[in-house]
Order: sequence, then C-alpha cells, then structure tokens
Amino acid sequence: MDLPTDLSGWAFWLPLIWAVLIALAVFLYVCMDGFDLGIGILFPFMKEKAERDVAVNTVAPVWDGNETWLVLGGGGLLAVFPLAYAVVLPALYMPLILMLLALVFRGVAFEMRFRAENDTQQLWWDRAFSWGSMLAAFTQGIALGAFVQGIQVEGRAYAGGWWDWLSPFSVLTGLALMAGYALLGACWLLWKTEGPLHTRAATLAWRFALATVGAIALVSAIMPFLQPAFAARWLSFPNLLLAAPVPLLVAFLIWRFFHALAEDTGHGGMVDARPFLLALGLFALSYVGLGVSMWPMIVPPAFNIWQAAAPPASQGFLLVGAAVLIPIILAYTGYVYWLFRGKVTHESGYH
Amino acid sequence: MIDALLPSALDLARFQFAFTVVWHFLFPAFTIGLASYLAVLEGLWLWTGKAVYLDTFRYWLKIFAVAFAMGVVSGIVMSYQFGTNWSVLSDKAGPVIGPLMGYEVLTAFFLEAGFLGVMLFGLDRVGKGLHMLATALVATGTFFSAFWILSANSWLHTPAGYTLLPDGRFVPEDWWAIIFNPSFPFRLAHTVTGAYLTTALIVGAVGAWHLLREHRGHRAVRDTGMESTPGARTGDVLSPDPISAPGSAAARRGTESSEAGPNPRARLMFSMAMWMLLIVAPIQAVLGDLHGGNTFEHQPAKLAAMEGHFHTERGAPAILFGLPDAEAGETRMQVAIPNLASLYLTHDWNGEVRGLRDIPRDQWPTNIPLVFWSFRTMVGLGFLMIGLGTLGGIMRLRGRLFDTPWLLRAAIAMGPAGLLAVTAGWIVTEAGRQPFTVYGHLRTADSASPIALPAVATSLAAFVVVYFVVFGAGIWYLFKLFSQTPRPQEGAPPQGQPIRSAGITPAPSVQRGPAASAAPAASAAPQPAE
Repeated sequence: MDLPTDLSGWAFWLPLIWAVLIALAVFLYVCMDGFDLGIGILFPFMKEKAERDVAVNTVAPVWDGNETWLVLGGGGLLAVFPLAYAVVLPALYMPLILMLLALVFRGVAFEMRFRAENDTQQLWWDRAFSWGSMLAAFTQGIALGAFVQGIQVEGRAYAGGWWDWLSPFSVLTGLALMAGYALLGACWLLWKTEGPLHTRAATLAWRFALATVGAIALVSAIMPFLQPAFAARWLSFPNLLLAAPVPLLVAFLIWRFFHALAEDTGHGGMVDARPFLLALGLFALSYVGLGVSMWPMIVPPAFNIWQAAAPPASQGFLLVGAAVLIPIILAYTGYVYWLFRGKVTHESGYH
Repeated sequence: MIDALLPSALDLARFQFAFTVVWHFLFPAFTIGLASYLAVLEGLWLWTGKAVYLDTFRYWLKIFAVAFAMGVVSGIVMSYQFGTNWSVLSDKAGPVIGPLMGYEVLTAFFLEAGFLGVMLFGLDRVGKGLHMLATALVATGTFFSAFWILSANSWLHTPAGYTLLPDGRFVPEDWWAIIFNPSFPFRLAHTVTGAYLTTALIVGAVGAWHLLREHRGHRAVRDTGMESTPGARTGDVLSPDPISAPGSAAARRGTESSEAGPNPRARLMFSMAMWMLLIVAPIQAVLGDLHGGNTFEHQPAKLAAMEGHFHTERGAPAILFGLPDAEAGETRMQVAIPNLASLYLTHDWNGEVRGLRDIPRDQWPTNIPLVFWSFRTMVGLGFLMIGLGTLGGIMRLRGRLFDTPWLLRAAIAMGPAGLLAVTAGWIVTEAGRQPFTVYGHLRTADSASPIALPAVATSLAAFVVVYFVVFGAGIWYLFKLFSQTPRPQEGAPPQGQPIRSAGITPAPSVQRGPAASAAPAASAAPQPAE
C-alpha cells in the first residue's frame, strides 16, 4: 500500500510523532517489565527462599512503575490510533486477556508473598508469581508473533477467527520472548547481586543468552517470508544497504556481550552492569529490526499509521498533556533507578 | 429451541464489561472519598495539633494504600477491554473518548509517579507542609481521574461537540463542548458525592464497630462483675482474629487507660461520618433529582424506564412499587403517589411526562425491570442514609451519639450501603442507556468486537475466577485492617512490604531510616508483639 500523498502539516507529523511515542512506550515497557518478569521466570532456578527474597527485592521499588507503561501503550493507542486498537485487540483476544489476568495475578502474588503468614503460603504465592510471570511473557511473545504475521481485515474490522493467533511462528516468538526476558532478568541479577546468587545468575545468563541468540536467528530467518513486504524490505537491493547494518550490529553486540560475561568479576560498579546494558542493546536492535520490517504499517498488512490515525484534533489534544507529563514521568523514573543503584543483599531487606 | 435461552456473544461481552467495571469501581468509589477524608484529617491535625487526628489519619492511610492498589490493578484491565470486546465502538468513538481516557491515564500515572508514595511513606521525612501538599494533591488527583473518566462516560450518554462522518465515525469539533457535555456536570457531582457518602458510611461503620465492641466489653464487666481489662475482654468476647487477641490487649492497656471514655479515634470516625451523612445525604438527594431532570431532558426513554411510565401523562404519578411489563407495555400492581413525578420532573403539578409507548420500541432500554428496580434500590438506600444521618443528629443533640447500641448497629449494617447504591446507580444509568453505546447514534449490538461466543465465554469465566480469588484476598485483607483497633501512636503503613500504590515513588528512600532497615516481612507496624 502506498503512502497517502495528500498529507501535509499536522496530518502528516502528528501520526508520526505518536507512532514514535507509542513505540517508545512499548519499548520502555519491554525493557523495564522484561527484567522483572524475567526474575519470575528464573524463580524455578532459585531453590533457596533467601535467594528468591533477594531477587525480588532488587525489583521491588521499580516493578510497578515498569508496568504502567503498558497502560499508556494501550490507552494511548485508543486515543491516537483507534483503528489499530480496534483491529489488533480483537485479533489478539485470547493472548491479551491471558496476559492481563497473568499480570493481575502476578502483581498480587508479588505483594502477598511479603504478607504470607507461613512457608506454605509463601511457597504458593511464589509459584503464582513465577507462573504468572511466565504466562505473561509467553502471551506477550505470542501476541507479537501473531501481530507480525499479519492480521486479517475486512473493511475496518478484524475478520479472522479466535484461534488465528496460534501458529508455530507465534509459539516460537512466545518462547523467544520468555528466553529474552529470562536473559534480562539474569543480567539484572548479575548487576544487582553478589555472592552465590551472582554466580548462579552468571550461569543462567550464559544459558539464556544462547537461547535468545538462537531465537533471534531463527525468527530473523523466518521473518522475510511471512509477508512479501518484509522480503522486499530486507532482500531487495537498495533497501538491503539500509537494512544491513542492523544484523551486523546485532552480531557485534552478541560478541561484546559474551566477552563481558566472560570478564564478569562480581566486584560491583558499572562493570557488572555491562551484560545487562548489552542485553538491552540486543533488545533495542531487534526492536529496530522489527520496525524496519513493519514501517510504516501499524496493522500489517492492512493499515499504515496515517490510515489508522485519529484526526489531528484528537492527536493534538492529547499530545499537549503527553508533552508535559511524559518528560516528568521519565525524569522521575530515572531518578528512582539512580536512587536504588548498587547491590542488594539479603541483609538490606526491602528498600 | 434451547438456543434462544442461551446468552449470545453480545450478552456475554456486556456481562463481562459489567462484571469487571463493577469490581473496579468498588475501589475508586471508596478511595475518592477516602483521599479527601485523609486530607481533611491531616489538615485538622496541622491546624489543631491534636494527636487524635494524626492517629486516625494513619489508621485510614494503611487502608487507603491497599484499596488504591486494587483500583489500579482492576483499572488496567478496563483500559484494554474497549478494544478487546468493543472494537467497533473504539474505532468509531475513539477519536472523541480516547483522548479523554488518555488524560485519565496520564493523571493517574502522574499521581503514582510522585505524590502517592510521599503521602504513604513520607510523613517523617519530608516535613509536615510538603506532606500535607502531597495528600491534598492525591485527593485532587483522584478527583481529576474521576473527572476525565466520567466526562468520557457522559459523552457516550449525551454526545456533543462532534461531527458524525458518513462512515459512522465521530470526530471532535469542540473539546470544551465534548468535555462539558450536557450530562457531565450532573453525573460528576452525583457520582463524586456518592463516593463521599460511600466513604463516610464505611468510616462510620468501622468507627461504630470499635465503639460497639468496647461498649459490649464494658457491659460484660458490669454483668459478670469480672475483674479484667477492657481490652482483654474485648478480645475474649468478640474478636476471633489474632490481631486483637488477648496478648495484644495487655500491651494496649497502659495507653488506653489514660484516655477518658471510649476510643477517641473511633469516636472521631463515627462523629465525622454522622456529620457527613446528616449534611451530604440530603444534598445528594437534590443532586440526584437534578441529574434525573437532566436525564428527563436528554434520555427520556431511560427516565421512563426508571419511573416505570409507559403512558404519556399530565400529572404523572410517582410509582413507588410495581411490576413493569415491557411485553404488555404496562406497569402492573402499581403503588403510586399521584402527580408527584410531574412535580419533580417538570416542577409543575400537571406537567407532561412522556411514557415509553410514545418512544419507538427499538429505543426502549432492553431490560426495563432491571432499570426500574436498580433505581428503587439506589433511592431506597439514599433515604436510609438520610435517615441514619438524621438519627445520628438527634442522638448527638441528646449527647448519646457514642453509646447508643442500636445506632451503632444501624451504622454497621449501613457500612456497605454506599457501595451498593453506587453500583445500583451505575446499573440504572448504563442499563438505562441501552440499546445504545453512543446514545441515539450507535447501537450496542453494532459496537461489539467480532469475537466468537466461546472466546467471550472463556474469558468471562477466567475473569470471574481470577477476580474472586485476587480481589477476594484483597478484601479479606481490608477487613483484617478494619478489625484492628485504632490506637494512639498509630503506626505508619507497613514498611517491610511493597505495595502497588507506592507506584514508582522512591518510597523506601523517604522511609530510609533505622526502622526501615530492620523491618521483617511480618512486622506490620501496628501489630503488637505476639
């Protein structure tokens, strides 16, 4: 589908600005909730209660702020790209409902495990936290895979069935995201903990890094064949030159990542943060790669961002509030992360 | 045909929305009022310097944190359900209601980002003035959350300030007219006042419960002549929960015996709640009447269903009870007061009130008895609130406010009345605007997502199970907090536990101090050693 040519002024720029903002909100969500969901996914590898306590304490101050970006992504989509919201959400009905329920359950389990009155209760809240995290990660990955595969549209509505989201590819992306989140979680623990938990996190980071890299390779290999537009973007000549840096950078980051992991000392400081930041870089590049494939579609293959956009009057009205509040929220979030820098130990408890 | 009896995908989608939104609204209905109550308590404390205000403030602050957290959790689901289940509505009305809801999200977000955490954990760290500011901003913020979401809701009832495109989409023309659409001021006033009353009834019930418990303790002494401390008897006689078990009473004895009369914090709660009911419950009746007048003007079919009027009449009666029968187009077995409906709707003894028969059948609310009975439930509860407030006023004049067991029992029984009334009111307004989502323009049947019946049935079942488990646990925990005796030197919210309502505030940094570092998970501050 060609870009509309009659767009000028705000009608051109507002959808673009909002597409970037929504993409940014989703990416911030993936980065930030990614590592705390990852902690839940890694729970089965932490046999000691004390280890689980420390692991949870590393995310306790920030996990909820992380999740609110999801609300902004969802709520924002309704306001500024109502057509995309109205087509994508029904198409992904089951995975999204399961994700919401998993997040509700996991959130409450997170709080209740601190209020448990005995070990059995805590064990069950731990399980709820872990299973909820796994289900949330898996369903998010499935939703992503189903979305990328393309959504069947008739007129302005979803036209597929309620199991369309389930395919070998979406299951692959579901598992891939679980591995990726587990990697982020392990690297986060590598940065934020010391002693035996740090050592264990290093082992887990190796394992899940291999799994993530394998998944990235597999998904990237399949992607161009999902939709003709993707193949044209990645495999035809002039585009290839523009797109090629992405996989090359990915390869470079993977090399740096394993290098950083091998150099890991556990002595603290920003050296310990390197694997985490490089893993985030890997996520960012995969996201950019996804963007390269999709651009400028918001509901592949039916609608681009201008076709799905709300009128400029709607997008402009909300942009005023977003322009004021989002920078404040970002600054505040940064401040909180800075405040909780440094290692978390068993003695330091929740704070 | 059994098919005709089974619900359709549309029915289930409607029920799912109703189920999730009713669960959700229980929490904001309570916290909107509670935030203001906390601001008032803190203000009174700063003004008078009396410890009783601070202690009561801290008691309710812990409860606020938990209730707010559940409101946030259940709210996330709502922001997705417009898309998952009501996609056509989202596509068509999204450009208008989307930004209003977007502002609601940003407001709530902003609150979480800052002031809530300071309010919860910062009293000993940021200084009194700044803390008061944080509390006031949280109260203002919860109001603005309600403002935006009710504006969006009101627009669906009384759309204004838009253009309807040929393809059926609504696009904004005038944001001022959209936000302040005709029913919005009335709905906002009526709903927020309802939230205040809800809070007052819960606060009053909790205060009354502790007064009654103490009162019974004293009576047990008188009757049996047992020599024992009041607290210990309270624990023995009434309290099965571990928190106020006999062991803890001993710890409290020292401080309580130095106070004259029944628990001053419980008295404060009960007294303020009774003042609130006495003054605000009648105001709410007036606001409700005005809101009804607005509905009469803009949504006559809804109003006729509320009143049970099928025939257009001059001097229409107010039907107290009856059986509205949509098939027959009659309200049977009426008990009615002649001319009264004309009087309060048209302010004219013989004013004309339109009945449903003069409105096209396909614009009638789909479930008239539900609207009719929900309305009576709400109004009935409203009159009970006025009654309770009046009785409270009378007993106060006689100096018997705190030691009249039947009054305390009535207040306890009325504890959930506000929650019931706002739920009934919500049913009146939402079931009453059927069969439309955008009143007069977009039908509910044309608004739903193309989701197959088994999918909606599955998700609904999952919501029911998860909500009862999760919010059941939350409400159980709230009741545990209610049952703790409000004490002098009431503690701050428990510091060893993360809570969602702390948001992304660096709560632990404001609480960093000797107490915070050693807090094990079980040491909720108010709990005495056991």
